[in-house]
Amino acid sequence: MNYELLGISVLWIFLYGYLIVASIDFGAGFFSFYSMLTKERHLIHGVIERYLSPVWEVTNVFLIFFFVGMVGFFPDTAYYLGTTLLIPGSIAIILIALRGSYYAFSTYGAKDNKLYMFVYGASGLLIPASLSMVLTISEGGFIEEKAGKLTLLYDKLLASPYAWSVVLLAIVSILYISAVFLTFYADRARDFAALQVVRKYAFAWSVPTILSSLLVFFSIHRHNPDHFAKMMDLAWMFVLSFLCFLGAIRLIWQGRRYGTAFVLVMLQFALAFFGYGAAHLPYIVYPFVTIHESITSPTMALALVMAFIAGLLLLIPSLVLLMRLFLFDADYVQGKKK
Amino acid sequence: MLPYDPVLYSRILTGVTLGFHIIFATIGVGVPVMIAIAEWLGIRRKDPYYTLMARRWARGFVITVAVGVVTGTAIGLQLSLLWPSFMQIAGQAIALPLFMETFAFFFEAIFLGIYLYTWDRFRNPWVHFAFVIPVVLGSSASAFFITAVNAFMNTPQGFELAGRTIINIDPIKAMFNPATPTKTAHVLSSAYMTSAFVLASIAAFAILGGRKHPYYKKALKLTMIAALVFSALTAFIGDLSGKFLAKYQPEKLAAAEWHFETTEQAPLILGGVLGPNNEVRYAIKIPYALSILAHGDPNATVQGLNEFDPDKLPPLRTHYFFDAMVVIGGFLLVLSLFFWLSIRKTGRFAHNRLILRCIVAAGPLAMLAIECGWIFTEVGRQPWILRGYMTTQAGATTSDHVDVMLLLFSALYAILAATSISVLGKMFRRNTAEQELIARGIERGPRT
Repeated sequence: MNYELLGISVLWIFLYGYLIVASIDFGAGFFSFYSMLTKERHLIHGVIERYLSPVWEVTNVFLIFFFVGMVGFFPDTAYYLGTTLLIPGSIAIILIALRGSYYAFSTYGAKDNKLYMFVYGASGLLIPASLSMVLTISEGGFIEEKAGKLTLLYDKLLASPYAWSVVLLAIVSILYISAVFLTFYADRARDFAALQVVRKYAFAWSVPTILSSLLVFFSIHRHNPDHFAKMMDLAWMFVLSFLCFLGAIRLIWQGRRYGTAFVLVMLQFALAFFGYGAAHLPYIVYPFVTIHESITSPTMALALVMAFIAGLLLLIPSLVLLMRLFLFDADYVQGKKK
Repeated sequence: MLPYDPVLYSRILTGVTLGFHIIFATIGVGVPVMIAIAEWLGIRRKDPYYTLMARRWARGFVITVAVGVVTGTAIGLQLSLLWPSFMQIAGQAIALPLFMETFAFFFEAIFLGIYLYTWDRFRNPWVHFAFVIPVVLGSSASAFFITAVNAFMNTPQGFELAGRTIINIDPIKAMFNPATPTKTAHVLSSAYMTSAFVLASIAAFAILGGRKHPYYKKALKLTMIAALVFSALTAFIGDLSGKFLAKYQPEKLAAAEWHFETTEQAPLILGGVLGPNNEVRYAIKIPYALSILAHGDPNATVQGLNEFDPDKLPPLRTHYFFDAMVVIGGFLLVLSLFFWLSIRKTGRFAHNRLILRCIVAAGPLAMLAIECGWIFTEVGRQPWILRGYMTTQAGATTSDHVDVMLLLFSALYAILAATSISVLGKMFRRNTAEQELIARGIERGPRT
C-alpha cells in the first residue's frame, strides 16, 4: 500500500470515528433539550449526562485529528477547501464553539439553565449540516477557478438537490445513531423509564434515515454520474449496509441485545461511508485534488505514519480505560458510583 | 470603514482568535500543574485542605478547558481558511508537530475526563493522583509541539522550496529548529507562572474580602511560592531568548529595542517615544544592558536596524509590547520574592493589604504580559509569515467576506468571555471553600 492510500484510509477511519462519536454526542444534546420541552427530561437526563460528561472533549479531538492529518498528507486540500470554505467553515467553527462551551457551562456551571441547554441542543443539529457541506463540495461542480482566484458558487450550492439531501441525511442519521446508542446505554443502566423514551426516538428516526440515504444515492446519480457508477461497482457494500439496518431494527423491535443492535448500526454506517469514500477515490476534491497530489516528501510521510502508530499505541489503551471506567462499569452506568 | 483587504482582515481575525485563545490555553497548560502539586501535597501531608484546593481548581478548570478547546479548534481550522497558501506550502513541513500536538491533546482529553469523574472511586488516593499526570504531560506536550510549529515560522529549516512545491523535507530538523528550545521553554514556564499568579490572585482576593479561614492562606502561600519558582525560571529563559534573537533574528531584537546603529556596549532602552526622525525621546537608558542581554558581554557589538533591508523591517511599535512584558515580568518576580522573604522571616503570612492588592493585580498582569510577549514575537517577524520564504501578504486567503467573519467571531468571543466569567463567578460564590469543607465532612460547621 502506498503512502497516499494509507494516508487517506487512516483519515477516513478517523472521520468515521468522528461520525459515530459526534452523532451520539450531538443527538444526545438535542434529545436532552427536546425532552425538556416534552417534560420527559427527568427520565433520560441522568443517563445522558453520565455518558457525555467524561467523553465530550474526546469527541472534538477526532475532528481536529482529521483536518490536521488532511493538511499534512494532502496540502492541496488546504488551498482549495480553505479558500472556498471560508463562510461554511467559519459557521461550523462558531457552532462547534458555542456547543462545546455551552455544554460545559450547562453541565458544570449553571445547571438547568434553559438558554444554555437550547444553545447546546440546537447547535448540535446545525453542526452536521454545516460540516456536510464539505462532502457536498468535494463532489465537484461548486468551485470555480478563474484567473487564479477560487470562488464557491453559493447560488449553485443552495439550489442543489444533492446538497440538501446530504444535509437531511446528516441530521436524521445523527438522531438515529444517537437514539440507538442511548437505548443500549439506558438498557445497561437498567433505567427502563429512559429506555422507553429513547427506544421510541430510535424507531422514529430509523425510516427517515433510510429514506434520506436513498435520496442521497439518487441525487449523486444526477450530480456526478461517474461517482455513482463507481458506487455501483461496490454495490455489495450498500446492500450489506441495508441488511445491517434491518437487523438492528429487528433487535430493537424485539427489545433485546441492544449492544448488538448498536454494533449493527455502526456497521451499517461503516459500510455505506467506506463504500462512498472508496468510490470517490482517487479524487479528494473533484476534479481539483486527487490523492496523488499528496505530500511530496517520503520522509515526512514516513514520520507521520510512525507518529501515528506511536500515537495509537498510547491512545488505544487509554480509550479502553476510559470505556471500562464509564461505559462498561455497570456501577457507574447505573449511577451507583460517581 | 477601511477598504476591504483580505490580508488585513485575516491578520486581525487570526490575532483576535489567538489573543483570546492564549488566555485559556495558558490556564490550560499551567493549572493542571498547580492541581497536581496541590493534590500531591494533600496526600503527602494528609491535609484535606490541599485536596479540596485541587478539587475546586479542577472544577473551575473544566470551564476554561471547554473554552480553550473550542477556540483551539477555531484557530486550527482558521489556519487553513485564512492562510490557505501558507498551509499548502508549510503545512507539510510542520505536519509532524501539528499531528503530535493533536495526539498530546487527545491524551490529555481522555485522562481529564477520567480524572474529573474518579475523585471518590478509588480507596488509594495515589491512584486518583496518577490520573492527573497524563493531563499535565499532555497539556505541556501539546504546548511544546504547537510552539515548535510557531518556532518553525520564525526560523524555518529542514526543507527546500522549488516554486510552490516544497521538497526534501527533514521533519526532525524542521521541528527542532533554532527557535524551538527557547520558545517552547519560555512558553511553558510563563504559562506555569501565569497560572500560579492567577490562582494566587483569587486567594488574595478572598482574603482581602474578609475570608479568614486558613484554607485561603494555604492557597496563597502555595501559589505564591510556585509563582516565585516559575517567575525566576521564566526570567532566566527570557534572557536565553534574548541571546537567541541576537543570533538568529537580530532585526526583531533591534526593532524591540529601537537600536538603530550597530554599536558596542549597547544600552537597553526602557519606555520612551519615537520622534519623527526615529530619535528616541523620554526613555530610560540602561548602559551595557542590551549587550549583556544579546551576548552576555557588556562590550559585545549589537546589530542595529540600519543594517537591514528597509522593506523587511519589523514595525517599531513592538518596542512597547517588549517593554510591557519585561517590566511586568520584573515586577512579578520582585513581588513573589518579597512575599516569600516576608513569610520566611516572620514565619507567618504577610497580612499587608498593599501586598495583597498587588497580588490580586498579579494574575491579570501576568496574563497581560503573556499577550504582550506574544504580540511582540508575532508582529516582530512581520513582514514574514515564514521568515525568509513567504511574506504574510502571499499567505493570506483571497476570499471575500473575511470582514464579516471578523465581526461574527468577535461577537462569539465576547459572548464566550461574558458567559464563562458569569458561570465561574456563580460556581464559586454559591459554594465557598468553607461551605464545601463542611459539606464534605472535613470540618464541622458552626454550632447552631
